[in-house]
Order: sequence, then C-alpha cells, then structure tokens
Amino acid sequence: MSITLQHISKSYKKVEALKDISFEVKENELFGLIGPDGAGKTTLFRILTTLLFADEGTANVAGFDVVKDYKAIRQNVGYMPGKFSLYQDLTVEENLKFFATIFGTTIDENYELIKDIYVQIEPFKNRRAGKLSGGMKQKLALSCALIHKPKVLFLDEPTTGVDPVSRKEFWEMLKRLQQKGITILVSTPYMDEAALCDRIALIQDGKILKIDTPEAIVKHYPKTIYNIGANNMYQLILSLNAYEHSYSVYPFGEFVHYTDQRTNFELNDLKKYLEAENLTGVSIQSTKPTIEDTFMELAK
Amino acid sequence: MKTIGYIIQKEFRQIFRNKGMLPIIFILPILQLVILSNAATYEVKNIKFAYIDNDHSSYSRELIEKFNASTYFSVLTDFSSEAKASSAMLKGEVDVLLVIPPYFERDLQKEKYTDLGVTINAIDGAAAGVENVYVNQIVQSFNKKLKVELLQPEDALITPVNITSIPSFWYNETLNYKTFMVPGILVLLVTMITLFLSGMNIVREKEIGTLEQINVTPIKKSQFIIGKLFPFWVIGMGLLSIGLLIAKLIFDVPMLGSLGLMYLYTSIYILVILGIGLFISNFTDTQQQAMFIAWFFVVIFILMSGLFTPIESMPGWAQIITEFNPIKYFVEVMRMVMLKGSSFQDILPQFLKTLLYALIMNGLAVWSYKKTN
Repeated sequence: MSITLQHISKSYKKVEALKDISFEVKENELFGLIGPDGAGKTTLFRILTTLLFADEGTANVAGFDVVKDYKAIRQNVGYMPGKFSLYQDLTVEENLKFFATIFGTTIDENYELIKDIYVQIEPFKNRRAGKLSGGMKQKLALSCALIHKPKVLFLDEPTTGVDPVSRKEFWEMLKRLQQKGITILVSTPYMDEAALCDRIALIQDGKILKIDTPEAIVKHYPKTIYNIGANNMYQLILSLNAYEHSYSVYPFGEFVHYTDQRTNFELNDLKKYLEAENLTGVSIQSTKPTIEDTFMELAK
Repeated sequence: MKTIGYIIQKEFRQIFRNKGMLPIIFILPILQLVILSNAATYEVKNIKFAYIDNDHSSYSRELIEKFNASTYFSVLTDFSSEAKASSAMLKGEVDVLLVIPPYFERDLQKEKYTDLGVTINAIDGAAAGVENVYVNQIVQSFNKKLKVELLQPEDALITPVNITSIPSFWYNETLNYKTFMVPGILVLLVTMITLFLSGMNIVREKEIGTLEQINVTPIKKSQFIIGKLFPFWVIGMGLLSIGLLIAKLIFDVPMLGSLGLMYLYTSIYILVILGIGLFISNFTDTQQQAMFIAWFFVVIFILMSGLFTPIESMPGWAQIITEFNPIKYFVEVMRMVMLKGSSFQDILPQFLKTLLYALIMNGLAVWSYKKTN
C-alpha cells in the first residue's frame, strides 16, 4: 500500500474538518479525492504531507508514518499546493534549480522524469514565474514537485482556475507520470475529472461518502435519470420542484436531471403536467447517471 | 552547506530584483542620516525676543543692544504695553519677553540695585530652561561691566572675590551636537532597516505560500533560517559601513576608537535584531502585522535608548526597562568607541549583555519556528 489512513480525525477549534477517515491508496494508483470546497481535502493533504498533525488516527505514506518518520516522507513525496506557491520574482529555471538544490539533487539528475513537462516551458526558462500564464505556472509547479523523483505525488486541486485545454493536457501528463511508477493522490472539485482516476473517494463535510472506481460508483446510482429540456429553463425547474412525485431536480448544462419517487413512472404523465404548466418544447429522455449525479444523491 | 549557499544566493537575487526595496535599503538611510543629524538638534537658536522698555535710558538701550548682538536671540520690535506683549506671546510670536522697569538707570546708579522682568514661553520646558540660561548670561555680563563703571575706588576694598568657573568639555570639546547625534542616528538606521527587512521576510514567504512548499522539503530548520537571515546580516554591516563613511566625510565626526571593535560589536548586535525579526515573523501571518509589531518595538526601543533623552534622568522603573533595550547598548558602545576611543575592556559589559541577548533571542526564534503545525 502506498498510502494508508486509519481513523484520521482533525478539528480546528470547534469545526470538525475530518471525521474518522480511513482509506488506502494502492501502489502506482491514480487516486482522486472528489468533493466540494470546504470538504476537508486540503486538510487531508496537509496531514499526509506532514504539515499538520491529526488529532486522532494514524497514517502511512510510502511505508513511513506521518508523525514518526516525517523526515523520510519529506524526501519521498512531492506536494503541489492548491495555491501557486513558487517564487514569482525568480525565473522558471531558478525556481526549478532552487527546489532541486534544497532536495539535494540537480536538474540533470532527474531530468528524464520531468522532461515531458519541462520542455513545454523551457522556451520561457528565463521568464519570471509571476509572468507565466496559468497553465504554464501549473507545469512549472508540477516540475518543481517532481524534481526529486518522489514516490508519491500529492496534487491539491491542480486544475482549479486552469483553462479546459490545459486541464486536459494536465491530466494526460498525470497519466504518463503514473506509467513511470508514481502513486498520485489528486483532489478536484470537478466531477468530470473524477472519471479519469483509477479510483475515487467522494468526500463531503469531512466524511468519505463512497470509495470505488468511477464506473462502479455510477452503477450504485439507484434510480433512472431523465434529461428534461424546455424553452424556459427557470420555469421548468420551478415546475419540476413543485411536481408531487419529484425526487430530485438538478440543472445540468442545458437540461435538468430529474428522478421520480415512483417505480412505475410514466413519461407521458410528466410531459402532460409540464405542458399544463405552460412550458413549450418539452423533451424527456432517460440518460446514464454521472459521478455528479451520484455525488448529489449521496450528499443528499 | 551547498543548500545554505543556494538559499543565500536566491535571497540576494530577490532583494536586488525588488525595485521598491532597493531604495528603501540604501537611499533612505543615507537621506535619514543626513537630514536627521542636521535637524535633530538640542541647540536653542533663533529665540524670538521682545522687550518693553519703560526707562528709555542709555543703560536700557545698552542692555537691549547686548541681546541684539547675541546670535541666539532674534530681536523683534519693542512693545508699548504688557498687554500687547502678552497677547503676542499667546499667539506664539514671542518666546522671551524682557521688561525693563522705569528708573532702571537711576536705580542702578543710586541704589546699585534693580529688578528686570523676564517672561519665557515654557511650553517646551527644556527649551525654556536653555533660554533662561542665555538671558541670565547676558544680564550677568552686563552686570559685570556695570560694576566696573559704577564702583567707586573706595568700594574696591569691600568687593567680594569673584569665582569664575571655566568648564572644559571632554570628548566633545566644542559641544557639537552632531558629534553626539550622528553615532546615535547611525544606530537607529542599522536597527530599523535590519529589523523591518528580516521581520517581513519570512512572513512574506508565508503570505505567498512558498513557505508551505519549503516545509515539505527535507531542508533543515537551521539551514533555512541561516540562509534567510544571513543576507540581512550582510546588509546591516553594509549600512554600518555607509553610515560611518557619511559620518566621516560629511559630518567629520571624530573616530577615536578602533573600527574593528565597532564592526565586531555590530556583528553581534545585528544577530539580536535578526533574532527579534524572526521571532516576530513566527507569530504573524501577514507582512502588515509584522510591520506593526516591529514598529511598536522600534519606537519604544528608540525613545528609551538614551538617543534623545538621557537614561539617567528617567524614573527608576524606566531605567530598569532600558536594561532590556538592545538599542541602548548599541548607542552607548558607538558613542564610547567613536568619541571616547574606548577599548574592548571598556565595552565588555555591553558586549557580554548583547551576546547573551543574541543567544536568547535566536534560541527563542529558532525554537518557535515550526515546520509543522
């Protein structure tokens, strides 16, 4: 096991940030921590990277205890905090060299590992980090977190505030790093990214709701979901919420995801109801549940 | 060692890239030294002097002429009545008012005795005291001259023997206040700049989030702290050198003692200040907080350092507090070495106290710096 957590709890004064969290991340796994802001993801990361002590429970990273062997962990993990935290007034190359030096290594020694990522920002190596675009900052931060060849990589919301193209690229890079034998724990509030992980843990209010592969998690969804569209979206949501048999109503892109309380649900009943509510262009189709639907259902 | 070296290198790079910081470090102190040393003076000059002459005799004119001749007084017009004079003093137009009574000359000649009225604006007590002394000196010298003129030969026998004291001012013969102030203000500069810079420096890493990134690396506490603070030690020593140069070139302050001793003491003293700076930054989260706390201490330290007001005249409890003021020792040492040419033996008590202070402050600072929370 690469990462093991047993009954980890942590409170900040009266706020319970983590409540009895236990899970395991296998060697060479790409594990996703999915949850909204304030779910406790960053606290969990800070405990695993030895920046914070848990109130209760034990945790192991790469075979080392987070409290007793914190020194060994610092040698063996890479951490990329959610907030860009490199020196904005140093150049790309100076930042990388700085982190290589304090890890007691050199850029040349582990260049192989970061090559794929670093070549993309190498043309700008004399530019100050503060002047880079969001996507390039991410690449530099990832390079810095990898420069000492860590066994485990922690990425706290690496794609928050990054454009869709860079996000996609970033996940491709993660996949390639995984192939090089690095265990990756990544957190994200984006449900679409969850599908790219080997396994995911859904987390909310400091509690783990479910841990499984993305496919299996979706299968757990107990009901049939319907994509409902109409010309007046706002009125549609109001009407669906007012419908006596409605179970859940969530806006989802240009449609509304709707589930019904009844098992013998008739599409036409609903259509008639909506048309009686003066809605035009009503369309109803059944659809596959997504991780977001599952999360909403579990978080209910 | 290589790690520390690289951190130091990085730190210097960041300092020199910070366009706003460079002038603060190097230009402002020089300006401060030049301006403050010229402006912060104890000398009372340009006293606004007015008089009411109720006698209009040759004696009264002679007395006023003496005030006119003095460089300390700038004589305004005379007032015709006391009411007008006091309203002028109320408005702040007059500092010192001399009232010459009627029959001034006649009384002196016949009775050999008369009174003069002197009113002094004493809002600034210290200045009023000095003004009083000046007035007395002028009146006294006027007196002496009168004695010679008025005394009859037969009176000479009963004239009391005059005792004249001729003071000799050691270590600052001409009572040049700049000689006294420059070493003190130099101390102020070295202290302020190094304290503010070091206090804000680690907090800055906290603020921009890099500290978190550094905390997960295997770097040792000591390596990081030495790497962070060494550049400011160098800057402090650099400031001392610039300051000494200005003191010599612009103010021509005598430097009797050994330069090496000044540098030796300063090198220890800056460690105290860096320790305080680090300690402050451990307990603050933003540069703003750090700055406010540093200011708070600096103001107390400066006002209680003996730089502007002598420690000997402070109340007992305040004198005890000054024992914990590092600036006090620095001011003492600089004045002793520069003006008196004191040797290492002479400054040993201050040196040892400062050394102890440095050890305690840095011990506390390193102890309170935590990579984990």
